[in-house]
Amino acid sequence: MVSADPSAQMNWLQQLINGFGLGSIYALIALGYTMVYGVLRFINFAHSDVLMLGAFAAFFLAPKVEGFVPRQSYAGALLILVLAAAVCAVIGILIERLAYRPLRNRPKLTVLITAIGVSLFIEFSCQHRAIFGAQTRPFPKLLPEHTFHVGELTIASYDIMVPLVTMVLLVILWFVVQRTRIGTAMRAVAYNHQAACLMGVNIDRVISFTFGLGSALAAVAGILYALKAPGIEPLMGIQPGLRAFVAAVLGGIGNLPGAVLGGLVLGLLETFAGGIPGISNYRDGIAFAILILILLFRPAGLLGRAQVEKV
Amino acid sequence: MNQGAKRWLLAGVALAIGVSFLSSYFNRYYLGVAIDVGINIILAVSLNLINGHTGQFSLGHAGFMAVGGYTAAKFTLELSPSVPPALSPLLFLAALTLGGLVAALVGLSVGVPTLRLRGDYLAIVTLGFGEIIRVVFQNLEAVGAASGLKGIANWTGFGWAWSLAVITVFTIASLVNSTYGRGFIAVHDDEVAASAMGVNPVRYKVTAFVVGAFFAGVAGALYAHHKQFLSPTGFDFMKSIDIVVMVILGGMGRTAGVILAAILLTVLPEALRDFASYRMILYSLLIIVLMMVRPQGLFNWPLFGNATRH
Repeated sequence: MVSADPSAQMNWLQQLINGFGLGSIYALIALGYTMVYGVLRFINFAHSDVLMLGAFAAFFLAPKVEGFVPRQSYAGALLILVLAAAVCAVIGILIERLAYRPLRNRPKLTVLITAIGVSLFIEFSCQHRAIFGAQTRPFPKLLPEHTFHVGELTIASYDIMVPLVTMVLLVILWFVVQRTRIGTAMRAVAYNHQAACLMGVNIDRVISFTFGLGSALAAVAGILYALKAPGIEPLMGIQPGLRAFVAAVLGGIGNLPGAVLGGLVLGLLETFAGGIPGISNYRDGIAFAILILILLFRPAGLLGRAQVEKV
Repeated sequence: MNQGAKRWLLAGVALAIGVSFLSSYFNRYYLGVAIDVGINIILAVSLNLINGHTGQFSLGHAGFMAVGGYTAAKFTLELSPSVPPALSPLLFLAALTLGGLVAALVGLSVGVPTLRLRGDYLAIVTLGFGEIIRVVFQNLEAVGAASGLKGIANWTGFGWAWSLAVITVFTIASLVNSTYGRGFIAVHDDEVAASAMGVNPVRYKVTAFVVGAFFAGVAGALYAHHKQFLSPTGFDFMKSIDIVVMVILGGMGRTAGVILAAILLTVLPEALRDFASYRMILYSLLIIVLMMVRPQGLFNWPLFGNATRH
């Protein structure tokens, strides 16, 4: 160590990069929560399990893909990413079809409880030894790894790739939501269910599409998360899922840019708090403390607009 | 009705204490399960006040239970060496009360955010509170941090658990059935209409949280002195879900149904120990199917009092 000052600054930069990577993952997950909330007005608790299923899909796909694409190549990783996203999109659509659609017009509490039930069902069935088992499995390295040295700073290729993938996906998502017919329909349904229905929007299709899109993003997030995690197991989705939910609320639930902002803010806060001795033990509690504070002082979130309830 | 209810209360407590004198004749394992049933009845009935009668959705009941359990356990661990053994029932009573009161205080602080929240937001905030409480205990060296609190006296007998269960049921049932308590049901049915009629929803919600948390704290104190060991992981999200399932299965807002569900869901897992790996899968399926087919709960028959509100 040369002197305390520059290394402290480097450390700070390193934390910034880590926080940005973590925040991008939260943002991807939060988008799924926020989109579903936008069209259906309820929290899809099972979203965090779709994330886990995405990681497992990649885990099982990786050896198969190796057959025709070289190991640890960008093409192979992309293929796995796309396939896992497709698998999760189907799972997301199925969850909505089987569990949520029959309850569409029931009280919100009923749907909420069902969502918790679905989430627990996925978690516990996957923990059963006949499916995945409860043990942690090492996740394959899908990508070639490089490290860059900038001064004293060491940047892993992973830390650059995660925000990059997130940004590409955000551009695609923005295009889908703003520029395509189905995206317009999505926004219409989120704005006013009944009016959209009267204008000839096929609500069921829009909702299925929303679940598919959100679940595909969750799958990508799950894989990115698994790349850095020590391993994958059926409960791996819970913690990032809860954080991402907090991110969605922080940004203003139902608001897409808000979800991204919330994710980044949360990721950065958490990384920096983790670096402070004394607070680092309480990392698991930080996200919730933030959530409670936002809901107390700005319930509509950073970018959300408060809605007046009409009777 | 009130007179009759009081007679039931006295009979219940007398029976619980009477049976507890015979407890040395019972199989220790069955006695343990019976005490678990008593504790779970307290937890389920107190959560039913929040989730059932008042129509809020709390996912943090295990947090209140943890607060009560740790407070009471720490209290008796600190004081029992200096108190003669003859006075230990008094010390235990004080610990139970203290556990309940501290939990109620925490309940008050959870109840306050509910002024602005409803539905899913409330659920997630209570979940967050539960998690924060767990994280705090996990890091608190004074109560053993992650390795848990050991060496708690074994004071929770059948008499304590069941007489407190009877008192809980009586208190909450009388509270809800009183003129004042109709407000809980009014808030459950329609908050806007209730406030138009002069019922203050905020006050009722906070009251529900405080009373519910108090009894959860008492249950936690009983639990601590029954298991003689507390670990923060024992009070995680799954514990809260266990209690929520009892309330849903029994029928939200139906005291008799909730008691039945608490008994069933305590005894059944013990009986099905060989199928433990399927237990939680069945639990979650049960929640989904119930919500689709019978959202009013399994034990929600007209037999048990007046009609359901849904």
